[in-house]
Amino acid sequence: MKHLIDPMDISIDELESLFKLAEEIIKNEDDFNNICSHKILATLFYEPSTRTRFSFEAAMLRLGGQVIGFSEPGSSSVMKGESIPDTIRTVGSYVDIIAMRHPKEGAPRYASYYSQVPIINAGDGGHQHPTQTLTDLLTIKRTKGQISNLTMGLCGDLKFGRTVHSLIKAMSRYENIKFILISPQELQIPEYIKMEILNKKNIPFIEVERLEDVIDKLDILYMTRVQKERFFNEADYIRLKDSYILDKEKLKLARKDLSILHPLPRVNEISYEVDEDPRACYFDQVEYGMFIRMALITKLLGVM
Amino acid sequence: MLYIDSITKGIVIDHIKAGYGFSIFKHLGLDTADFTVALIMNVPSKKYGEKDLIKIENVIDVDLTMLGFIDPNITVNIIENEKIVEKINLSLPEKVEGIIECKNPRCVTSVERNIVHKFILIDEEKGTYKCEYCDQIYSWEG
Repeated sequence: MKHLIDPMDISIDELESLFKLAEEIIKNEDDFNNICSHKILATLFYEPSTRTRFSFEAAMLRLGGQVIGFSEPGSSSVMKGESIPDTIRTVGSYVDIIAMRHPKEGAPRYASYYSQVPIINAGDGGHQHPTQTLTDLLTIKRTKGQISNLTMGLCGDLKFGRTVHSLIKAMSRYENIKFILISPQELQIPEYIKMEILNKKNIPFIEVERLEDVIDKLDILYMTRVQKERFFNEADYIRLKDSYILDKEKLKLARKDLSILHPLPRVNEISYEVDEDPRACYFDQVEYGMFIRMALITKLLGVM
Repeated sequence: MLYIDSITKGIVIDHIKAGYGFSIFKHLGLDTADFTVALIMNVPSKKYGEKDLIKIENVIDVDLTMLGFIDPNITVNIIENEKIVEKINLSLPEKVEGIIECKNPRCVTSVERNIVHKFILIDEEKGTYKCEYCDQIYSWEG
């Protein structure tokens, strides 16, 4: 793996090795606090992000490295009309590794064709978000003990939810995974995920509209936000909106060992009352996100 | 019956699905050729009912990837001394570059100058391709 653009860029062996390193970092963080000294990460964020950018920057700083970058294109030469290849060739001559977020799908892949240094896709439009997937997988591994023999429910905006697309791709390589895809019809997962991943690999999946109808079958529930403006008509939104809000009432129907994940930020799709439930894993997930990014940066820079 | 001379040295592109000959003719730049070329449309065909045919009295580089993408059933015959010396059967290419454009408005190809649109074959039976950048599915209905 030279770049991380798509979750399939990492083999299962490489994933295992990343998880192992992340676990070592969690246990003995001090042993790693200088391994990236004299290394620089550039965070090129062409659209706003708080969480992912902070997570990358905190990860690099905790490894003893330095960070430069921009958090909106308005403060860079991008506003002057610079192309991605030119920006990447320029920045790549100053830094050792680049994390890139871009509103257009495929922008990090295009950047990787021109980059001498590793490119990490930190989210491209509604397409992919592979480092969130690393976070999700580490969370599943830590809470469930393994990433196999699981029924996973993904709920909300599955059409534009890049974290969902990346997670399904990555999970499809593990044994005995079943997906229950819970969304309004307008926001079902894209055709390419069905064709290329689910159908091609004969992975069992069903598509349903209401969370309460299936919540009792789930080992993992991955919540995402459904935005009103994504609906084609208001009647559907009013009919379905409450179905995508996880609250105590719905949780009563769920298994005791359910794990609830969410890529965050949350708006109202998980009631605050759920935060106290031991099945809520989303704040642990945030912390794991930084550790797995520390492991990823370490591996891509080859400093260990 | 329309009669067109056989060619001495050149290329015959045969078994073009009726109606597609003109677009291939233009793709190959034959509309501006300074050598003898013939586009014959709606030729009776035992195999297809009707077909289009292109005869080129010259040795030119034919973009087999483009032809295979437009119609994998096309046959390219290389002619020397009025005889077929090579028959090339086409298939759908694994990758096509710069022939079709991604229609996804969210794709990076919609904003970057000079970017080459690239598609990868994902299902040969159905003739399905995906954009290399955004994964948008493109089904060839030729």
